[in-house]
Amino acid sequence: MKESFQGDALAWTTRDGVIELALRRAPCNEIGSLSLTELEIFVDALPGLARDAHSLIIHSEMPAGFCAGADLRELYERSQALSKDTALAGVRDFLERIHQVMNTIDAAPLTTIAAVHGVTFGGGLELALVCDLIIADKMARFCFPELRLGLIPGFGGIPRLKRDLGNAVVRDLLLTGRSFNAAKAQASSLVSQVVAEGEALRVARATAAQLGKFDRRTSSTAKEFIKPIPYHELQQEIDIFCELFAQPAVEQGLRKFVESTEAQPYLP
Amino acid sequence: MNTIDKTLDEILTLAATHFKVPREKLTPDDDFFKTLGIDSLQALDLLTRLENHFQVELPDYELQGVSDFRTLASRIQARL
Repeated sequence: MKESFQGDALAWTTRDGVIELALRRAPCNEIGSLSLTELEIFVDALPGLARDAHSLIIHSEMPAGFCAGADLRELYERSQALSKDTALAGVRDFLERIHQVMNTIDAAPLTTIAAVHGVTFGGGLELALVCDLIIADKMARFCFPELRLGLIPGFGGIPRLKRDLGNAVVRDLLLTGRSFNAAKAQASSLVSQVVAEGEALRVARATAAQLGKFDRRTSSTAKEFIKPIPYHELQQEIDIFCELFAQPAVEQGLRKFVESTEAQPYLP
Repeated sequence: MNTIDKTLDEILTLAATHFKVPREKLTPDDDFFKTLGIDSLQALDLLTRLENHFQVELPDYELQGVSDFRTLASRIQARL
């Protein structure tokens, strides 16, 4: 069992019953094949780690933010290098694998906390959403920009948003593609606590220390009762994403993002 | 409620302070990307600071095509 791990995209340690998973891929933890591989190593180790832990904190070491989402450059470059059918099969395989990672963390028998700052977009927001609690510093910003690329979130974001938030907020986030600041996210019940700039990890650690006082079996039993995993809708999301990915608008959207020299490539 | 001139002044002061550019070097019609030397991620950071300062929400699409402080001020003023 890997009790600690130092990778290129992430690292983890365990101390005093708390597993800390640090994202560390410059510039902003974009999730591509490297991050996925290392996340898979992490979830393989998680059952063993969880035996002696009560909490998991996921945070970022990158100044720009928690995670800017999928590695769109890698996605575009790979799709351009392959036939359409092969590229689509590759996308589906990636989604199946990332969903396995997300589902494992979502269902983990310990309390999970995402300590976020800065850009928490797309797949980054999806990673935060699999956690039981999101603690955000006041500079955190949340967004599902996928519509701008002709896509929908593909890492499990829609079923989890529907699980956690009111439908009006879900529609606002997904249909406008606009970003929310931390205050708005807290008012929408997405975020548990908003803290001063730079304080999210410290507050997450303090929260985890409190969680360590409770009986672990009771906490994990309660969590399993409280928190349904929408497996059927998650599979539907993969199918819809793959159907949309085959459309010409997606290639155009990805090309525009990758080749853009504009100051604001994230804007539509 | 702020006048637009006051809003503009507060934006220039906030931008100068945060991005460590002399306040006197910023003028209302400057392209803030070039003058502040920022990229899109830093622009989001500026957006968050302005929202927190003025206690408003400013959807990203309101900033499409906006690159000068004066127009930015008018967008914020419309939400005060």
